[in-house]
Amino acid sequence: MSILIDKNTRVMTQGITGKTGQFHTKMGKEYANGRNCYVAGVNPKKAGESYEGIPIYGTVAEAKKQTGANVSVIYVPPPFAAAAIDEAIEADLDLVICITEGIPVRDLIRTKYKMQGKRTLLVGPNCPGVITPDEIKIGIMPGHIHKKGPIGVVSRSGTLTYEAVGQLMDLNLGQSSCVGIGGDPVNGLKHIDVLKMFNDDPQTEAVIMVGEIGGSDEENAAQWVKANMKKPVVGFIAGVTAPPGKRMGHAGAIISGGKGTAQEKLAVMESCGIKVTKNPAEMGKLLKSVLK
Amino acid sequence: MKIHEYQGKELFRKFGMATPRGFACFSVDEAVEAAKKLGGSVWVVKAQIHAGGRGKGGGVKVAQSIEEVREKAKQILGMQLVTHQTGPGGQKVRRLLVEEGADIKKELYVGMVVDRVTQRVALMASSEGGMDIEEVAAKTPEKIHKVFIDPGKGLLDKEASDVAGKIGIPEAARPQAVKMLQGLYKCFDETDASLAEINPLILTGDGRVVALDSKLNFDDNALFRHPDIVAMRDLDEEDALEIEASKYDLSYISLDGNIGCLVNGAGLAMATMDTIKLYGAEPANFLDVGGGATAEKVTAAFKIMLSNPKVKAILVNIFGGIMKCDTIAAGVVAAAREVKLGVPLVVRMRGTNEDLGKQILKDSGLPIISVDNMAQAGEKVVAAVKGK
Repeated sequence: MSILIDKNTRVMTQGITGKTGQFHTKMGKEYANGRNCYVAGVNPKKAGESYEGIPIYGTVAEAKKQTGANVSVIYVPPPFAAAAIDEAIEADLDLVICITEGIPVRDLIRTKYKMQGKRTLLVGPNCPGVITPDEIKIGIMPGHIHKKGPIGVVSRSGTLTYEAVGQLMDLNLGQSSCVGIGGDPVNGLKHIDVLKMFNDDPQTEAVIMVGEIGGSDEENAAQWVKANMKKPVVGFIAGVTAPPGKRMGHAGAIISGGKGTAQEKLAVMESCGIKVTKNPAEMGKLLKSVLK
Repeated sequence: MKIHEYQGKELFRKFGMATPRGFACFSVDEAVEAAKKLGGSVWVVKAQIHAGGRGKGGGVKVAQSIEEVREKAKQILGMQLVTHQTGPGGQKVRRLLVEEGADIKKELYVGMVVDRVTQRVALMASSEGGMDIEEVAAKTPEKIHKVFIDPGKGLLDKEASDVAGKIGIPEAARPQAVKMLQGLYKCFDETDASLAEINPLILTGDGRVVALDSKLNFDDNALFRHPDIVAMRDLDEEDALEIEASKYDLSYISLDGNIGCLVNGAGLAMATMDTIKLYGAEPANFLDVGGGATAEKVTAAFKIMLSNPKVKAILVNIFGGIMKCDTIAAGVVAAAREVKLGVPLVVRMRGTNEDLGKQILKDSGLPIISVDNMAQAGEKVVAAVKGK
């Protein structure tokens, strides 16, 4: 088992004709190791063409109808990315993973509004994507650093997630699924949503949650963990040294009005029974210490 | 991106919001001219810098005569204005706003931000205007009233009127307050603002509702569709190194420590800064080279870090994914040679083509300290600045 995606997932790429979309679709296809995971691409102007043997359709709805794809990954440039998400939601897909970085917040507010009452899940934007090791990789993470195993990983950042995975691998701990939820203030799944899925996933034995300064998602997740989580969770929050009012790269990583500091998040997480570390070099070790 | 108060007020007026009449001035003579044009008997001379807390720092003065306008303008223009937001060095005042004086009966606060929990724009209003609103929020949160605005409907008449009542705007002035609040939402929404504040929003002696101040920040990701707002950018108000970095698509922020760090990814960059602190030193900067760093980009990053004289050592931390470690290693070696690096350099690389990368560093003959993990990286770089 795993969460969100597995070897039976059928993916379409929105933005398959761009350089990034092509590169990562190819990498994803290679990672799937012959399994037919990447089945369609979408570009309104290139319907009827194909890329690497993957047929391109004019709309998401058409791609879904023709191929049965139930998940989409988005590499569309920022000015058009929110409309691409909207289209995938309209087509009633199971899951949309938006990799695109730099989408205006206003566009995402509108997209989230339109998502009300719809069943489609959104991961991202501005995220590395989701991987279920040895089965399927949807996104820009390097596949070869992962392997299948019992640890769930959820994170707001990209390379810091790889760092956590790297530390797990040094201790010979594989992963059930790794989910990058992205660094934007308005986005799809939050830590809490992903933790709920890991809680219900029989393969996952423990979870590592990597957070960042800004907002209160980690605190909300911690409160839920305290009341409901049956598996150990460990955590790290990046940005102890970040000064207030300065945006640290990610649009969401900013301490505003004295809220969202790393110290505050770590304290809440600890009080909710989550083992935390202030040392990013020890995420893997900490996780190992809570395994039964 | 931030803009000045006078620019914010120009935008406010476009959205039908009442502000005092005033003119932006770049010289003392212009300030005097502005006061004459405005007429009346009381003027306010306001320093225009992006940082808040200008009044307390001596950047806002009332003048009762044209001569006094000249005097105050002379004092403020060119001064190094120090506020709690500028840092101890202060910010040089290059622009003034000269406005007609206002008859203030009551000072209120109104702000707008994107609320992450509801994923909507939040209107915040308080009867405690003119003060440090963060302090009001911390000490008396019940005095801050919030409305989470429905993106499909906008700010409704009733919502705006209710909030106006809660912060003490009398019945007679409510329609004006509704116009002000709805104008602010429209302004926020249509300009892709990330923060809007009116502090204070005032009630005048004759019962008018007026925006006495303006603060507007914009979503950098949306600037592509607002050339009119980009035109308001004032580079004098921004950190020179941050401007230089943005030319190379590097995300750079100056900090106070002495270890420069170069990292790929914002989260890993913050974690690297945290590691430096954990081992007993402070980072000199945040620097995210992004996903597609080239040798040119790495060289530019080195130059930017090193133009900060406080930097006594550099830590490079790369997790190679799509970006390969050998590419980065070649970039680091080229950069170190080009800038004739004179401070210790610690490099930690992990991921794709890690061994190739390490070999390139070793073969370069440069005194690069190569380490395997983040703990070693922190330890070695801190030891280097402490001369151990």
